[in-house]
Amino acid sequence: MSADPSPDSQPLRLRVTDLCVERGGRPVIDGLGFSLTSGEALVVTGRNGAGKSTLLRAIAGLLPIRRGRIEVVGTREDEPAAHLHYLAHADGLKAPLTALENLAFWGRFLGGGDGRRGLAPAQALERVGLAHLGAAPVAILSAGQKRRIALARLLVAFRPLWLLDEPTSALDRASRERLAEAMRAHLAEGGMIVAATHEPLGLAGANELALGGKP
Amino acid sequence: MNSPLPALFLRDLAVARRIGGSTTMGVVFFLVMVTIVPFAIGPDPNLLARIGPAILWIAALLASLLCLDRLFQADMEDGSLDLFPLAATPLELVVLVKCAAHWVTTGLPLTLAAPALGLMLQQDETALAAVTATLLAGTPALTLIGAIGAAATVTLRRGGLLMALLALPLMIPVLIFGVSAAGAASGGTVPFAAPFAILCAITLASLALCPFAAAAALRHLGE
Repeated sequence: MSADPSPDSQPLRLRVTDLCVERGGRPVIDGLGFSLTSGEALVVTGRNGAGKSTLLRAIAGLLPIRRGRIEVVGTREDEPAAHLHYLAHADGLKAPLTALENLAFWGRFLGGGDGRRGLAPAQALERVGLAHLGAAPVAILSAGQKRRIALARLLVAFRPLWLLDEPTSALDRASRERLAEAMRAHLAEGGMIVAATHEPLGLAGANELALGGKP
Repeated sequence: MNSPLPALFLRDLAVARRIGGSTTMGVVFFLVMVTIVPFAIGPDPNLLARIGPAILWIAALLASLLCLDRLFQADMEDGSLDLFPLAATPLELVVLVKCAAHWVTTGLPLTLAAPALGLMLQQDETALAAVTATLLAGTPALTLIGAIGAAATVTLRRGGLLMALLALPLMIPVLIFGVSAAGAASGGTVPFAAPFAILCAITLASLALCPFAAAAALRHLGE
């Protein structure tokens, strides 16, 4: 069922210290610090524009940071980008290719880093309940189905840190439960999750970080 | 087989094959350009033979520009561009592989179509071979230079024209040496080898430099 935990793995940690990120010359995040250990989840909440997506993009290395440090401690290299999955608003799927082709591509493109193997594309599709749509071009699928394939991308290559931006958008109730299950399984394997959301994710014991004090 | 770059190359080829748009569009545009020239300047075989290499080169350059604006834009729209930096390979190599796949689906078909279209411009065998050889050596440089423009304008919704304005001045040396090598083969004043060697040098220099410039442009998208 799950990927083999590597025997020599020491607990990973995501450490963010005194982070300051600007968008368009205006500080959106200022002086933020937190730390997350293997097996923990952090739910980032806040009103629209509070900086939830900005925080995730900064951790993913897609935004320049003004000040502070973001590091994944306990790995050979501190550069976080090689250890994380980033699920943004866009699904990262090529419409003319089939669901399986898309997943096979991301598995090979993102895989092979941490020495643990991800699931086969067909298995990952089964996990999100779309095994029957493997050969369908993504162009004909619904928004929720595309979202589920994007979630299956997290499973085809093992990466310890998941950054999820509104992971539940466009998902129906059954899919949300599957997502919660996948997240719990990931945490049980020693993964970490940082999720920005407006909705409850069904993660018991997750830490919460509320962004944006000023209205 | 298991590494990121071959996977990306094969994915881009598969996408291009399924959509079929850019290859067909480039070649059809090339055909249209070359076809209308004899109508415009009149059916004078000597004149056509003399300016044929230049026409083929201009048409090939415009056809490559036409296809280049989608090089990174499709990946930005579907979110793939945000995921490229997460791979264990440098972004420069990702750019290089995308350019290679793009050239195979646009530049190579243009090169292969050139001998057939050259016949319509009264080119003899030597000239056909020379034009094809120069296009084969020069179109990779067009793709690589265009990648800088495509990367710099990727967030603009209708950035095609701006991309052309950015990339075209940098492509002019390719055009000059491409045309002069192709013209030299059919009886010019300079030998074929000299301009052709410079053309190859430009392509090699673009291969070394352009991926860095395009990757730098992509890295600064967030700002």
